[in-house]
Amino acid sequence: MLEIKHLSFSVGEGDGQKEILKDISLTIENGRFVVITGPNGSGKSTLARLMMGIEKPTSGSILFDGQDITDLGVTERAKLGISFAFQQPVRFKGIRVIDLLRLASGKQLGISEACDYLSEVGLCARDYIEREINSSLSGGELKRIEIATLLARRTRLSVFDEPEAGIDLWSFQNLIRIFENMRRDIRDSSIVIISHQERILNIADEIVLLANGQIKKTGSAQEVLPELIGTTAAVNACEKLK
Amino acid sequence: MIDLNIDAIGQKILSEVADLTETPAGAYNFRVNSQLAGRHTTDNIDIMNKEGVSGIDIFIKPNTKNESVHIPVVVSASGLKETVYNDFFIGDNCDVVIVAGCGIDNCGEHDAQHDGVHRFYVGKNSRIKYVEKHYGSGDGNGKRILNPQTEVYMEEDSTMEMEMEQIKGVDSTVRTTIAELKAGAKLIVKERLMTHGVQVAKSDYKVTLNGENSTADVVSRSVARDNSSQTFNARITGNAPCNGHTECDSIIMDSGRILAIPSLEANDVDAMLFHEAAIGKIAGDQLIKLMSLGLTEAQAEEQIIKGFLR
Repeated sequence: MLEIKHLSFSVGEGDGQKEILKDISLTIENGRFVVITGPNGSGKSTLARLMMGIEKPTSGSILFDGQDITDLGVTERAKLGISFAFQQPVRFKGIRVIDLLRLASGKQLGISEACDYLSEVGLCARDYIEREINSSLSGGELKRIEIATLLARRTRLSVFDEPEAGIDLWSFQNLIRIFENMRRDIRDSSIVIISHQERILNIADEIVLLANGQIKKTGSAQEVLPELIGTTAAVNACEKLK
Repeated sequence: MIDLNIDAIGQKILSEVADLTETPAGAYNFRVNSQLAGRHTTDNIDIMNKEGVSGIDIFIKPNTKNESVHIPVVVSASGLKETVYNDFFIGDNCDVVIVAGCGIDNCGEHDAQHDGVHRFYVGKNSRIKYVEKHYGSGDGNGKRILNPQTEVYMEEDSTMEMEMEQIKGVDSTVRTTIAELKAGAKLIVKERLMTHGVQVAKSDYKVTLNGENSTADVVSRSVARDNSSQTFNARITGNAPCNGHTECDSIIMDSGRILAIPSLEANDVDAMLFHEAAIGKIAGDQLIKLMSLGLTEAQAEEQIIKGFLR
């Protein structure tokens, strides 16, 4: 369980401070699939980065399974069981897909096990396992590998920052299928997805709507979704093609 | 264990520079502190001492396939300085792997230096893979100095693939590589270099594409840490319709310094030459990504460098 209490985050802008998040309080219960949405600039990604410890809050606290992790860094949080999928996956010269999956799983993962994770994200393992995670991979391929690293980690809390960003429509269909599977196998772990895709919002146990750095509304998909349709907080996949 | 009269330090160095933990199959020549420690020749590969200067001539008969030559060098005596000339005469239609490499272990107060001059005469249609590793160890104040000079003369349609690596412990190095290619010849160079402490490394390439459809791909990846400095200077000259590419990609850390000077010279309208050079520190996102998998910052850095220098 992740508890966020009165969390604020601001950055210096000119002579003053710009508040990105204002007094956010939110609880992510175990076994929940939570989607955080909101218009661009509402602070969604910042909130995700604060969960992983990539950014430090200006004030407030974050508790994970009852432990105060506000002052812990990325490594410590990862070790406690939080994982994070980047909106723009990082490229590495020389590091291969198998290397990253091994680092993610924390063990000398066998080829067949690694292949299972890749198959899960719709990649033919044989073609990818030895590939370097460099610019020869497309945005969609990188995104799927990024998700595979989270599958390999199997942590108590997985945070995905806009998993649909930068992928094509065909990959998007597969992405939904992956999240549906994760949703099904969630058990007592929890999943947080930053997204404004209607189809992802549709499968959420809970939707958190952010606007101007504050929580505007939280509730089930049935409760929150109707008022989001037609706004930038819930677009359908074909919006990309317009 | 290598079944030759070589002490523990020598054995360790040989495993570092030539991946040798036992006596290799095929031809070999082991040089330890300027002395011959072991030599083996085959029906197709002969090794002979040079007259007048220190070094060996290696003769590989035409049509020699799937054979290897190992010529590692160990320097473990502080104060030893030597210049060694090794010449490879490779016949036509060969397919051979050559493993060289030099390791210096200097526990003493005096500088130890090995300057190896390697010349390759590669016959028509021959295919050579050359692997060279340099390594330094020992905690003495004496410097470990390696200055390899490599010259490659390639006949028509020959291929030379060179992997040159210097990852650790060499205080000062000047690496000079010259290659001249005839028609259809192909040169592939993969250099990996890491410097630390106050080490200084200089790497110079002069590749001349003289024949039609000759190609060269010279790629260097390097990491400069601590207060070390590196200079990479690669020149490809195209004197015929040819294809040349050079790339220098570096990670800079701490107070390291890197100067990259890729240069191209075209003397034929159909010479196609490209260069790329990039220097930068490890990206913050790369560190955070690996830390988000549970690695510490230091472990993340190590993995990034290991991958980069693969």
